[in-house]
Amino acid sequence: MSAVAARAPRLVDHFEAGLDAPICLTWELTYACNLACVHCLSSSGRRDPRELSTAECLALIDEFQRMQIFYVNIGGGEPTVRRDFWEIVDYATAHDVGVKFSTNGSRITPEIAARLAGSDYVDVQISLDGATAAVNDRVRGVGSFATAVRAMERLTAAGFRGFKVSVVVTRENIGQLDAFKAIADRYGAQLRLTRLRPSGRGADVWDELHPTPRQQRLLYDWLLERGEEVLTGDSFFHLAAYGDPLPGLNLCGAGRVVCLIDPVGDVYACPFAIHDAFLAGNVRSRGGFATVWRGSELFQALRRPQSSGICLSCSQYDACRGGCMAAKFFTGLPLDGPDPECALGHGASLLDLLGDREVPRPAADHSRRKPSRPQRACDESPLAGLEVHASRKAS
Amino acid sequence: MAIDLERPWRVGRQVALRPEPFGALAYHFGTRRLSFIKTRKLLAVVHALDEQPSGRDACRVAGVSGAEMPAYERALETLAHSGMIEEDGR
Repeated sequence: MSAVAARAPRLVDHFEAGLDAPICLTWELTYACNLACVHCLSSSGRRDPRELSTAECLALIDEFQRMQIFYVNIGGGEPTVRRDFWEIVDYATAHDVGVKFSTNGSRITPEIAARLAGSDYVDVQISLDGATAAVNDRVRGVGSFATAVRAMERLTAAGFRGFKVSVVVTRENIGQLDAFKAIADRYGAQLRLTRLRPSGRGADVWDELHPTPRQQRLLYDWLLERGEEVLTGDSFFHLAAYGDPLPGLNLCGAGRVVCLIDPVGDVYACPFAIHDAFLAGNVRSRGGFATVWRGSELFQALRRPQSSGICLSCSQYDACRGGCMAAKFFTGLPLDGPDPECALGHGASLLDLLGDREVPRPAADHSRRKPSRPQRACDESPLAGLEVHASRKAS
Repeated sequence: MAIDLERPWRVGRQVALRPEPFGALAYHFGTRRLSFIKTRKLLAVVHALDEQPSGRDACRVAGVSGAEMPAYERALETLAHSGMIEEDGR
């Protein structure tokens, strides 16, 4: 984002106080997904029977248009598995709402690629969590690397320039940053790196997959060197405490300039905070989304000055502003304390100090049930536990 | 490249403006880039572009003083660079 100013007032104050409509809205269309990534933010897998109908989705787009929300980030689940996906996309772009959608690439046929290449108003983001199949598939599932590569090839062949390759940075793939950049360059795409959050199923793998402090420092230096060439969705603003801020707004926009609408219409403060503590309302309620955005008590509270708690005395507080609310919440840290990945190490120390602790679980889990292990027939049998030795009598 | 404020300018054809307390958000549907118009006066200049015969006239009717001109020229240059405003072939 470029800044345009004659004299620069503190824009960040306006953003922290909240705008009449979000700048960046994530809309997850379905909890259904053909993959089962270990770090899925929304614990997706199975469709929820209460998901918004086509008519409700189109009415929501009308509301976005009235609120002048320029574009929405559509995700899921895998949004393209919805039968009405293209109808929703076409309706949005016909109503001045641009679309960027995230996909694992499984439904990007050559025909779809050609169609996407023909539209200025639709952007595509292919998820890739390893620059090699070995690293990617450990997180996203067997065959998912090949699927993503095939989708990128098709988009490029169709003439789509500048789609996004979106990577969640982990301990395992952080050594592949240059390789990711090379992949994006090869397909005329733009690389986007985002932060691994302990949200959804991510909570189960965060301890082992989040970057080490040393890796995090290397990531910061790498990003700083590349400037606006690599996108981050403002994901790493907590790293500003290392020194210079990375490009972006550098603030937690939750409920202020950012929010999430989930597949059943629930409005959360941000895509990483699917929990009742961050639930502002539902788009099906009277007054719809605009009323939730402008009037919900939670969002009003988030827009008031926040307490900086134990970070108050830190020299870097103005830089990192306490980091990511969701990352703190789902690791069991106080919301007015340090980010678990605080650049100065305060978060890690606090986690050590707290030791074993109860961490909040996400509000909803749509994970597909684990493949059932072969059960012993007798577990289900009404005769289970009854010792019958009839056969032995014959011996 | 410096902006030629003697020429007529207009808001880009693929650009939408959303007024905000600080000024406006500007979004370019073609490049999918978002920019911030950080002051209300700059927004007034941008709004005036369409009707005024030149960029300089738009600044004048929006109340930009002589002392402020260099800063506004730079701001308009940035907007032109990202395609948020474009030269009008009137």
